Amino acid sequence: MLQGLADVEKVFQYKGMKEMQTEDELIEEITNSEYKYGFYTEMDSDQAPKGLSEVIIRFISAKKNEPQWMLDYRLNAYRIWEKMEEPEWAHLGYEKPDFQDLHYYSAPKPKVQLDSLDEVDHELLETFKKLGISIEEQERLTGVAVDVVIDSVSVATSFKKKLGELGIIFCSFSEAVQEHPELVQKYLGTVVPTTDNFYSALNSAVFTDGSFCYIPKGKKCPMELSTYFRINEANTGQFERTLVIADEGSYVSYLEGCTAPMRDENQLHAAVVELVALDNAEIKYSTIQNWYPGSKEGKGGIYNFVTKRGLCMENSKISWTQVETGSAVTWKYPGCILKGNNSIGEFYSVAVTSNHQQADTGSKMIHLGKNTKSTIISKGISAGQAQNSYRGLVKIAKGAANARNFTQCDSLLMGNNCGAHTFPYIEVSNQSSKVEHEATTSKIGEDQIFYCKQRGMDETTAINLIVNGYCKEVLNQLPMEFAVEAQKLLEISLEGSVG
Amino acid sequence: MDKKIKGIEFLIALFRMIKIKNLHASIEGTEILRGINLEVKAGEVHAIMGPNGSGKSTLASVLAGRDEYEVTEGSVDFLDEDLLDMEPEDRSRAGLFLAFQYPVEIPGVSNINFLKTAINEAREKRGEDPMAAKDFLKRVKEKSKLVELDGRLANRSVNEGFSGGEKKRNEIFQMAMLDPKLSVLDETDSGLDIDALRIVANGVNELKTKDNASIVITHYQRLLDYIVPDYVHVLYKGKIVKTGPKELALELEEKGYEWIFKELEAVSA
Repeated sequence: MLQGLADVEKVFQYKGMKEMQTEDELIEEITNSEYKYGFYTEMDSDQAPKGLSEVIIRFISAKKNEPQWMLDYRLNAYRIWEKMEEPEWAHLGYEKPDFQDLHYYSAPKPKVQLDSLDEVDHELLETFKKLGISIEEQERLTGVAVDVVIDSVSVATSFKKKLGELGIIFCSFSEAVQEHPELVQKYLGTVVPTTDNFYSALNSAVFTDGSFCYIPKGKKCPMELSTYFRINEANTGQFERTLVIADEGSYVSYLEGCTAPMRDENQLHAAVVELVALDNAEIKYSTIQNWYPGSKEGKGGIYNFVTKRGLCMENSKISWTQVETGSAVTWKYPGCILKGNNSIGEFYSVAVTSNHQQADTGSKMIHLGKNTKSTIISKGISAGQAQNSYRGLVKIAKGAANARNFTQCDSLLMGNNCGAHTFPYIEVSNQSSKVEHEATTSKIGEDQIFYCKQRGMDETTAINLIVNGYCKEVLNQLPMEFAVEAQKLLEISLEGSVG
Repeated sequence: MDKKIKGIEFLIALFRMIKIKNLHASIEGTEILRGINLEVKAGEVHAIMGPNGSGKSTLASVLAGRDEYEVTEGSVDFLDEDLLDMEPEDRSRAGLFLAFQYPVEIPGVSNINFLKTAINEAREKRGEDPMAAKDFLKRVKEKSKLVELDGRLANRSVNEGFSGGEKKRNEIFQMAMLDPKLSVLDETDSGLDIDALRIVANGVNELKTKDNASIVITHYQRLLDYIVPDYVHVLYKGKIVKTGPKELALELEEKGYEWIFKELEAVSA
């Protein structure tokens, strides 16, 4: 049993003295790799004036034609947020956003309900093409239902009927507020309360849309549910709200992936994701995050301050898998509250930071029930001047007899100017539990690269192969189509312009 | 007359695999290779022996293009190309294979994926289509038998958790898959028990054709019981000081290296 490792800080900063010229060149090549999804679609937008106040919140609520309880929830959150301070404990350095200089609402026109893709804005369809998501193709070929969120309002939802037959609800959050208020009211804020932290309070006040998913008792969702988020307006803070409820004995696999256009100003993203797995239910939540990381000089890029948490009841399981390659600043700790006995929480993560990117990410596993189990596998990759921190909390309550946790936290460094840091917090309050923490830091090996070259591979091929191997445990957790996309993303993030 | 000479030159070029001329190389300012001359023709097996620190592994590294070593003098002609001017990956694609003395581990990358990537990248550079999955797997099956490599090893991560013997067998398996023109085996026998040694040697022998060649670097004569060389060279202080037929290896085994060095000293005195 490990105990009292709280506040232990392990900093691994590689300061090699002698380095090969070729490696420096290589690092330069990698860090010079430009963001490949930097395009911007021009669309008419319906935008709120800058700034945040009760007036703006009433404006948003009115725009969305919300019931009184929703407005009250928002206003309450706003009053709590006003009294809160922005957290500073993360191992991050960035210019704080000016919360009064942001637009809190922006919706693409037209907002009419659409029956078919022909009715969708042409520009929007072009954007999808650039992203490589063809809805019609997805509908037809892959069996993935896509709820597309562009600048906060869902524009197209597919497979609704098929899911409807099983009683599965998969819709935009706004729609859920209108159509399923009893479910939203029952579960909203139960996993991430408004008071949880600065950003979750902000989100609770101003969230404009997001996704809602409910799987009824005993039903297995027959397809991967997928949402593509995309920030598409200059200076629009994105405050997505996602709520996934898996009722007793049900199963759902949920995919979330995103890219964003190139911007010079920093864009704030503060999403809240709440998962509820009732008795014997299972939720698999996979994320690919590829927001604009800023230029290679460190200008611009997305600020990603996300609160993601799941609640596990008896015998249930929540599994988080994330591949994070984007954003200038990432602050994110998907976690599980293992409330029910025998419940299981998992967290698999690959976080890539290059150039001037910073990430402070990890997981929180709160063991409350007996025989609860959690696994954390975190793989960090740093290149350029990037700083990559793992911060994880494993908390085992007094009543969580025989709880088990295994944490493995690996860092891979590319070059001499990046950093990898590990901040594990472990709190164990009983004698029968077992907590394991393993951490390694390594540098991508010259020897490995040479070995690959000797077999006829280019340097970039060699690096992709080695990095993919390093991340395999995590990539294996992703659904097939997503794993391929993630692999491509890793290559794009780490590859120089080849040829 | 002229015509005849040209014809001979052409034949020589065709059969000459590699020609190393007065090769000098150093690492961090220390000269290790001090004028190596060696010519290997197609169909030949050359053994390079010598005491520790004589430069055997350095020679292998320099040929493969490790950039820690600086070539200060000399030339290497490989299949009529300037080897020293080529990148390591281009040397490989031209047909040079190095069986590493210490094969590295690449966690999470299966042997199969590793080889498929290597083979298809070389094919792509030659403007060929990737190898069909069926053909590739057939080849894997066939070649893994050659070194009695368990099918499971092919699916495991490259060298990860392999025993010393498995690593060396895996090198020969990769060699079989890549089908090189010239193989340089760097102390492939080190750390092998007699069974593994036999398996590795059998693999190398099976792969031998009249069109390819090998340079076998070894410290002990033992390996040469199984891989019979056409020539044995003795490397000492960065130079080939003696060349002889396969019997030279036996003589070395019996008498050690001292007598050669004494001979040398006598000559230089």
